[in-house]
Formats: sequence, C-alpha cells, structure tokens
Amino acid sequence: MNISWYIVLSSLLFATGVLGILIRRSPMVILLCLELMLNAGNLALVAFSRMVGNGQGQVFAVIVMVIAACEVVVGLGLIVAIFRRKLPLNVDDLRELRG
Amino acid sequence: MEAVVFFVAAIGALGGAFGVIAMRNPFYSVLALIVHLFSLAALFLLLTSAFVAAAQVVVYAGAVMVLYVFVVAYVGGGGESAWEPIPGQRFLAPLLAIALFTELSIAVLGSALKALETHGPDTPNGFGDPAAIGRLLLEKFLLPFEASSILLLLAAVGAIVLAARRRETA
Repeated sequence: MNISWYIVLSSLLFATGVLGILIRRSPMVILLCLELMLNAGNLALVAFSRMVGNGQGQVFAVIVMVIAACEVVVGLGLIVAIFRRKLPLNVDDLRELRG
Repeated sequence: MEAVVFFVAAIGALGGAFGVIAMRNPFYSVLALIVHLFSLAALFLLLTSAFVAAAQVVVYAGAVMVLYVFVVAYVGGGGESAWEPIPGQRFLAPLLAIALFTELSIAVLGSALKALETHGPDTPNGFGDPAAIGRLLLEKFLLPFEASSILLLLAAVGAIVLAARRRETA
C-alpha cells in the first residue's frame, strides 16, 4: 500500500474527531474524541517514519502516547471532581468562566 | 494480502471512530474506541513499527481504557440534552468536518513529496522493533524521554489532587 493511503485515512480520522468534539456535549465523549485526533496524528507520524525509512518518527509517536495518557488522567480527574460537586456533566452548562 | 489487511483495519478504525461519536451511552463509546485502537495497532504493524503497535495495545487499549471504563462506571452515562446553543449546529458541524478533511487531503496529496506514492524504502532487519526504539530513546532522545517521565509524574499528582475527597474546612 502506498503511504498516501495511510495519510488520507489519518486525515479522515482527524476530521471524525473534530466532528465529535463539535456535536457532543458530554465532557467524557469529548475526551474520547481528543483521543481520536491524537491517534490520527500518531498514524501520520508512523506512516511518515516508514516513508523516510527512519525510526525517529516512531519515537515521536511513543512520546505522543505519553502525552495522551497524561491528558486522559487529568481530564478524568476533572470529570470526577465535577461529578463530586454535583455539577451537570454537560459542557454547555459549565460556563461560569465565560465572560 | 497487504491491501486486504489494510482495508479491514481501516474499516475497523473508521467504524470505531464513528461509533465513538454516534453512541448515546458513553460506555459504548469507550468500547468503540477500543475497537479503533486495535485496528490502529494492526495498521502500525503493516508499517513495520512493532514496538509502537505493542505499546498501543498494552498502554492504550489496556491501561488507559480501563481508566475510562472505571470513570464511566463511577459517573454513569447521563443522557445528553438535545438543546442546541448555536442554531443549526448539528448541520454545520459535519460540513466543517468535511471541509477540514478535503483541505487536509488536498494539502497532503498536492504536496511535492514524491515518496508518498511509494511503499517507502526497504528497511533493514529489526526496523521499529523494541531494540531499535530503545536505542533511539536512550541515546538520541534521552532528554525528551526524561521530560515525558516528569510529565507523567506531574499528571499523576495532579489527578490525585483533583479527584481526592477533601475535608470541608469551612
């Protein structure tokens, strides 16, 4: 398979993640859609690493995985804290910080 | 053979991604994301990056998704309201996603990267295996490796601070 197939698939997955963030309201599902976007980026990184024939892009992908794990941990901690305070788990209702 | 595996994995990844955004219940969204992650691991194997595929299955589909399942079980899947703050958001959002995809595809396929239409060069034996990645991480990329470990520690401490049950001092 040509590398361009992987890149097109990766941009399709990224657009799907953007669509999810735009249409969903639950913070948990929005976190999942962020994962979709990060994974699409990972796929592009690994595909370009294969195209160049150099393993350094794969190291980049592993570091992106670490960043994604950190983001999930902090995001889920926030969700649990919101739930403990009996606030609604809906990004349209959580808008105290909006001017 | 390679094309068959690619298309099966690509359909799995896309189906999982659409499942994540289409399911009403967050628990099913998490399960759809697991399908997506396994399909991506198969794609990584096709791109001869064995270590990234293994890390994807063990770290992502294993550990991170277990965290998600626990939080979904704790918080519970609340139904989302159909109320739209912006009129027509449900119709505008897909249009924007399609526009983004077209734009990205034109940008990538119209670029001057001639190697995109190849399989990539022949790789030496052991390309992308744990030994090669470990050598790169500990020799060339030692500083990013240590920085990411500090970041993981900070994230763990932050999550404990955020989610811990605190005594009411007031």
